[in-house]
Amino acid sequence: MAAILEVQNIEKHFGATRVLEDITFSLEEGQSLAIIGSSGSGKTTLLRCLNFLERPDKGRIAVRGETLFDADDPSTQKEDEVRRKRLHFGLVFQNFNLFPQYTALENITLASKLLAKEQPDFKARKKQLFAEIDAKGKELLAQMGLADRAGHHPHQLSGGQQQRVAIARALALSPDILCFDEPTSALDPELTGEVLKVIRNLAQRNTTMVIVTHEMAFAHDVADQVIFMDGGVIVEQGDAKEVIDHPREERTRQFLARYGAN
Amino acid sequence: MEVFVVVLGALNEGFLQTLKLFVVTLLGALPLGLIISFGSMSRFAPLRWLTRTVIWVIRGTPLMLQLIILYYVPGKVMGYSPWGTGEAGRFLASAIAFIVNYACYFSEIYRGGIQGVPVGQQEAGLVLGMTKRDIFFKVTLLQMVKRIVPPMSNEVITLVKDTSLARIISFQEVIWAGQAFMKTSHGYSGLLWPLFFPGVYYLLFNGVVTLLLGKLEKKLDYFR
Repeated sequence: MAAILEVQNIEKHFGATRVLEDITFSLEEGQSLAIIGSSGSGKTTLLRCLNFLERPDKGRIAVRGETLFDADDPSTQKEDEVRRKRLHFGLVFQNFNLFPQYTALENITLASKLLAKEQPDFKARKKQLFAEIDAKGKELLAQMGLADRAGHHPHQLSGGQQQRVAIARALALSPDILCFDEPTSALDPELTGEVLKVIRNLAQRNTTMVIVTHEMAFAHDVADQVIFMDGGVIVEQGDAKEVIDHPREERTRQFLARYGAN
Repeated sequence: MEVFVVVLGALNEGFLQTLKLFVVTLLGALPLGLIISFGSMSRFAPLRWLTRTVIWVIRGTPLMLQLIILYYVPGKVMGYSPWGTGEAGRFLASAIAFIVNYACYFSEIYRGGIQGVPVGQQEAGLVLGMTKRDIFFKVTLLQMVKRIVPPMSNEVITLVKDTSLARIISFQEVIWAGQAFMKTSHGYSGLLWPLFFPGVYYLLFNGVVTLLLGKLEKKLDYFR
């Protein structure tokens, strides 16, 4: 099977500090990849590079064989095209970042409705387009188990519910690859389960995902591949169960021992 | 009784001028303040420093001095006053001074409001493929408005009272109208009591302003 995502030799500095070095990996369609590692290892920065929130200093990112970013080729970095390229990826934030002034459903449909305006036949088909978008939004809410929360504002929802709305919002644009940045880290322990369950369901439906997580058991059970990062480099990568059960590298072993996965 | 009606008429006329200056200042300073706040947050350093210097000068000197300079200096330098001699010119000069002055204050409140919206809101918009323009108008703006209503209420109430400063260039607002009866106005001389009435006008008007802004604040209560 061909890789849907190819990341080659990504390097990123913040000032004089090198936060990512020679990051290379690929991901096949329908697979999920967990990125693990301690705080400051560069996991989140890597995810932000994929979503064009950070610009790598070196390297190349391709989706379905199309180069989206190449540090050596300025023509791949034009502002307006970056906006469109972002749509290949969805991103679920640690802190949800729902728009507080909109209801759950509006949060999910806002971006789709704005994108619909760019269609040439928007004026003639506005009603139909918006009805389709609303229907899809409601369907996603139902899929998240939140059908009865469509009209609620974020502050009226629990953290777990907010994060599920955020997942639906990211799914609404049908990204090729859905990224999660520590999706349960901001949640009370009793609320992590409902979010992990949703992600597990997505994995069963063969959603291509990149998940930065501290939940080792979850990574072990749900992810197909795993990458262990430390100090901005990939220390070990491979089949999730194999790496977590039988790490080859000493640093991986120490990290997993700290997190009590073994 | 007849005196009372005459005085009230004169005060009403004066207060109409006060109101006119108040409304025109708001209409001008609210959008201008936003433009200035963008300048003071610009990534282009020279523009940022220029804007911040202007804000420093305008906020750092008395509005009364700005009024006097704007109204009198051009006439003295050029030999003729661009403002003319009538009330219309005094109003125009007052309006310009007030708009610029209040826009600078508003811009700092806007800046606080915009920078107070978590950066995650903008990033959430970006990863959803929204344009910067859409992110500002559809995501950031309302959250900013909610944040700035309380500090803006303060400024607006101050503006209602500050309009009286325009009398320094003889703009005939409500205090000017009341004070005129101390000398001679509308055929009456040496009246002291009309001087107390402008206070009632300000108080009532600020009551209305406070109510309206309170309503706006309530209206934005539906989200946090």
